[in-house]
Amino acid sequence: MASSNIQFSKAELARYNRHIIIPEFGEESQLKLKTARVLIIGSGGLGSPALLYLTAAGVGTIGIVDFDVVDDSNLQRQVLFDIHEIGKPKVEAAKRRLEALNPYVNIVMHNTHINSGNALDIIKDYDVVADGTDNFPTRYMVNDATLLLDKPNVYGSIFQFEGQVSVFNYVNRNGERGPNYRDLYPTPPPPGLVPSCAEGGVLGVLPGIIGSLQALEVIKVITGVGEPLSGRFYTFDALNFESRTFNIKRRDDNPVNGKNPTIHELIDYEQFCGMRAVEEKPVKEITARDLYDWQVNGKPFKLIDVREPSEYQIAQIGGELIPLGKVADYANQIPREIDVVIHCKSGARSLKAIRELEEKFGFKNLYNLKGGILAYIDQVQPELTRY
Amino acid sequence: MATVIIPTPLRKFTNQTARLQVKAGTVGEIIERITLDFPELKQHLLDPKGSLRSFVNIFSGDDDIRDLQKEKTPVNDSSVISIVPAIAGSIN
Repeated sequence: MASSNIQFSKAELARYNRHIIIPEFGEESQLKLKTARVLIIGSGGLGSPALLYLTAAGVGTIGIVDFDVVDDSNLQRQVLFDIHEIGKPKVEAAKRRLEALNPYVNIVMHNTHINSGNALDIIKDYDVVADGTDNFPTRYMVNDATLLLDKPNVYGSIFQFEGQVSVFNYVNRNGERGPNYRDLYPTPPPPGLVPSCAEGGVLGVLPGIIGSLQALEVIKVITGVGEPLSGRFYTFDALNFESRTFNIKRRDDNPVNGKNPTIHELIDYEQFCGMRAVEEKPVKEITARDLYDWQVNGKPFKLIDVREPSEYQIAQIGGELIPLGKVADYANQIPREIDVVIHCKSGARSLKAIRELEEKFGFKNLYNLKGGILAYIDQVQPELTRY
Repeated sequence: MATVIIPTPLRKFTNQTARLQVKAGTVGEIIERITLDFPELKQHLLDPKGSLRSFVNIFSGDDDIRDLQKEKTPVNDSSVISIVPAIAGSIN
């Protein structure tokens, strides 16, 4: 982050004046921002505010990794986008918005699904990474990649009303390296033990708060101003408005950078997170098109919708509503003599429902609607509302 | 009695109670007590062998009990014990 040869134009000096006049910050820190390269992984709820503030603050080069397109249901929290961008790639929509905000910033798009095959190549060109992803496999992968490449990783995570922030793998002025995600949480929860997808949810303003804190820590890491949140772990409970900051330490048994490392390259993180557990036997599936055939051909079967009533109000395809949490209570009312198709929004909750009914109640006639109601809307009934 | 702070994702197993008051001498006794009082908490805090799960951190005051005496970390009436599980985002 050498900043000796870079100078600001008058327009930039005027724009960044409110930074430069802070005595502890000054033109020197602003120059560090201008020469810095920051990678934001995920441009969703956390990435939106982080990108807006880092662009406004004048970080010279900002990379954005996202493979997704803007959806109307994103706009409840992803303040980077508007209704005119629906259906467009997020990185492109983000670039347009951010360049309109600050023309002195170079926005680099990575319109791809970051994975073990490309992560090192994407991350290596940046000075600081901010993790704004939404799932455990990607979080462990980003963590390991930043360890292998020796980059600080500004971590933020949210769930419903709870937020977490820390700065991982940060080397301080004395050359001491701080802990990372694997020191904090050695292993992820197995799938199924935490609520999934639409059961989880998040209050839209919470990623605004946590993503902004990530932007703050990125700026501190780049400029060296203040004390980054390294070796500390911040949690915020939006319901009770309580925040706590805990001390965390490196662990000798960290498999990537502990005393005896066993991981020297990126691994299969879905397997690590138990996403592909071999012991689970597959459940029977039906495609949206085949379900439609059953419906129009008058085949005797029953359709059950295990989503929540609020989702049923948005769109439904004629199933009987039994939310996932109530499925066991209604098991004796589910027929066994005809085929039963169970669906949710995208297929995860219906899978849970089927496993529960098969394991606890011995059902053998259950089919999971592949891709859930979203697949049905895409393939059969596009006039229904997606969410 | 020690105060135990339950994180929002686990409050559905504690009748939405955010803070529990527990009489105990160690962190281990606290875990035992609250998983008896709220049986659904058990599978989220302990693995089948009864060990604390590695994706759930427990802090006594500001410090991780793994850096203190783990489950044997002593507690008193002024102790604040925080349970902080790993969270990954809106798609957990």
